[in-house]
Amino acid sequence: MEIINNLYLGFSVALSPYTLMLAIIGCFIGTIVGALPGLGPSNGVAILIPITFTMGLDATASLVLLTAVYYGAMYGGRISSILLNIPGDEPAMMTTLDGYPMAKNGRAGDALVISGFASFVGALLATLALAIVAPSLARVAYVFGPAEYFALYLLAFCTLGGVASKNQAKAALASCVGLGIAMIGVDHTTGMTRYTGGNLHLMDGIDFLVAIVGLFAVSEVFFFIESHGKNSSLGVTLGKVTIPWSDIFHTRWTMLRSSIVGFIAGVLPGAGASLGSFLTYMMEKSIAGNREEFGTGVAKGVAAPEAGNNAAAGGALVPMLTLGVPGSGTTAVLLAVLMTLNITPGPTLFADRPDVVWGLIASLIIANFVLLFMNVPMVKVFVRILQVPPAMLLPGVTMVSFVGIYSLSGSYFDLLLMTLFGVLGYIFRKLDIPTVPVILGILLGANMENNLRRAMVLSDGDWTFLFSSGIAISLWVAAVLGFVAPFFFRRIMKKPKIAENA
Amino acid sequence: MAFKLNTLLASAAFAVISTTSFATECIAPANPGGGWDFTCRQIGKILFDIGQVPNPVQVTNMAGGGGGLAFNHVVSERGTDNDLIVAASQATATRLAQNAYAGMTADQVRFVGAIGADPGVIVVAKDSPFQNLNDMVAAIKADPGSVAFAGGSAAGGFDHLKVLMILKETGFTDIRKIKYIGVDGGADAITQTVGGFTQGMTGDMSEIVGFLKSGEVRALAVLTEQRVPGFEDIPTAQEQGIDVVAVNWRGLYVPKGISDADFEAWGGKLKAVAESQEWQDAMTANGLAPFTKVGGDFQSWVDGVIADTVELSKEIGVIQ
Repeated sequence: MEIINNLYLGFSVALSPYTLMLAIIGCFIGTIVGALPGLGPSNGVAILIPITFTMGLDATASLVLLTAVYYGAMYGGRISSILLNIPGDEPAMMTTLDGYPMAKNGRAGDALVISGFASFVGALLATLALAIVAPSLARVAYVFGPAEYFALYLLAFCTLGGVASKNQAKAALASCVGLGIAMIGVDHTTGMTRYTGGNLHLMDGIDFLVAIVGLFAVSEVFFFIESHGKNSSLGVTLGKVTIPWSDIFHTRWTMLRSSIVGFIAGVLPGAGASLGSFLTYMMEKSIAGNREEFGTGVAKGVAAPEAGNNAAAGGALVPMLTLGVPGSGTTAVLLAVLMTLNITPGPTLFADRPDVVWGLIASLIIANFVLLFMNVPMVKVFVRILQVPPAMLLPGVTMVSFVGIYSLSGSYFDLLLMTLFGVLGYIFRKLDIPTVPVILGILLGANMENNLRRAMVLSDGDWTFLFSSGIAISLWVAAVLGFVAPFFFRRIMKKPKIAENA
Repeated sequence: MAFKLNTLLASAAFAVISTTSFATECIAPANPGGGWDFTCRQIGKILFDIGQVPNPVQVTNMAGGGGGLAFNHVVSERGTDNDLIVAASQATATRLAQNAYAGMTADQVRFVGAIGADPGVIVVAKDSPFQNLNDMVAAIKADPGSVAFAGGSAAGGFDHLKVLMILKETGFTDIRKIKYIGVDGGADAITQTVGGFTQGMTGDMSEIVGFLKSGEVRALAVLTEQRVPGFEDIPTAQEQGIDVVAVNWRGLYVPKGISDADFEAWGGKLKAVAESQEWQDAMTANGLAPFTKVGGDFQSWVDGVIADTVELSKEIGVIQ
């Protein structure tokens, strides 16, 4: 009953006409920011911080506005993934794999509605989980040391080869390229710079947003110029936008499973939404009966990553609120806002400032419903993007990408780098090498290396330290299985099919 | 089409927000969320609230190179801008001392003042066998491998240096043997310590406030001259016979080419912020200790800190 009382407190703080209006504005801005390539949730929140100060908002109102932008951006990221094969932000990358093929088949509306609904399920379940188990779940962070994190990232890596359904070797090559790029920058264990050529711009490593926008958006433009728009989703005749009830019903377990896995990935500091959406996609692919169809536009392939990354967004709030450890870039920004409002997140926050915590949870629930009602009817507007003449649309997208990346660091160097990544992406696509593993290599590689090095420092270079806990060993077993299983599964799965055909 | 127009409008709006030039600008040389961002946003907000500047201060985040990109930007492109302030801290001084800004040096800007300091702390988990700093030092002297530290900076950074300063002061010379892992921020370092993966955490007071209140960690020592207001039960290292003072000051630098009058004016404005009630409240809430040095005093103090850091860094081999 305590939780009912707490939620009542939360809603009494958050449910005024004024805050409701802020939630709606926040959701709207967030959706647009999320959909624009190069502008992700962390930029969206950061850009609005000065506005909350100028408007003189109090703690609760600021949080309502900013978390609405956060959740909105998580929803919005899928829109350009599905319509243009350009992820609006990094967690939406996995959604391109099946979302874009759906759009090319004329099912853009279906893909948007299914993914919107999946986002809703993931975010709502994660928010409820946050309300119920956050204080006890905070302890999970204490059992994850360098060895356990290394095993977790290894698990993600071992399943990377399966991203591309055609050629695992090419996917492995692409992830190695990503790993190589991840080595650039200051090495945390020695404090020395690597592969920077003395260039200050490279000292912090290469921002994966630059890589994403280059590999996806810029290379898409190159590709489009060459093919004159053939074989793309632009101009595909669209059917009437209806709500695909049967697809939503068929993916109900997918959404539920993905929400749980995504939430757990979000709770672990440093893993975050990108790992959440990746793991859920790979999980659904490996347990689905029709795994060969993943990548060609199946409903489960958009439902899983969207439920996963939105659940992870909620999960990332757990370590932020209970430990003050930001689980992702966006929660780092939210953390800064809380500090500026003289609210110190930490183990005592739930007891010290129940009004803030429960107001936040209530506003997340409100934002979620606002987003669902905003997103489903707006699908009709979104799909019209595909009817915009390409001569106007693609320059527009390119311009927004450049502005977005420039706003990250205010340096032209990132723009050059982005263009280089565009060329790389173009070459890779010509050679039929998937680009998603490159990003995952950059994203996970640095974390994986740092944790391995930390483990080695702590254990004086003793390898057995990596298997020193139950959690680490189970993750290793899962990683080995994830790597080996596809070889066996494929044989077993293919046999009955041949029999059927014969 | 409607959506398309919206995207264009939105991007135009962002472009305007990020290039507004008529207001005072504060550059935070990092992404939103860290100490430099906090410095810019708090000082910027108070400067406007107490009427020291006519317009709200525009905060620009210019992340890269551990602050090096912003430093380079100020030195090479904004050398005479008298309406520009840049957030700085001990980390800025450490990196300048270790030549981490690609050959740029501290004398290429003017350090205008610090108005608060985050005291250095050495923390252990609540069930740790160490009751005071000397217990810990004794254990390290007996077996350097038995105590590992976690901190929020990379190896060679200020959190790492704090531990080395303490051990050097107690006569332990083999300081390269001390185990240190750099993780992503102080809170992360604490979770590693509470989880038992490391035996000690080295960091700033502001990073541990929430954990101290919940009783999950104990602070063995604070590295200040006097005990910190609000945390009177934490003894200083000096009280325990180890003469080490290490604080992460929060302050500002300005371009080299502004006039002496402008430099003094910024010092005065900063002093006004330091004396405001709003700043006092912000300091208490964030575990900052009073530490006000402005103008020429501050510049010569920073020069001294940099000289000391150069010496220590050479000893551990971070620089030649």
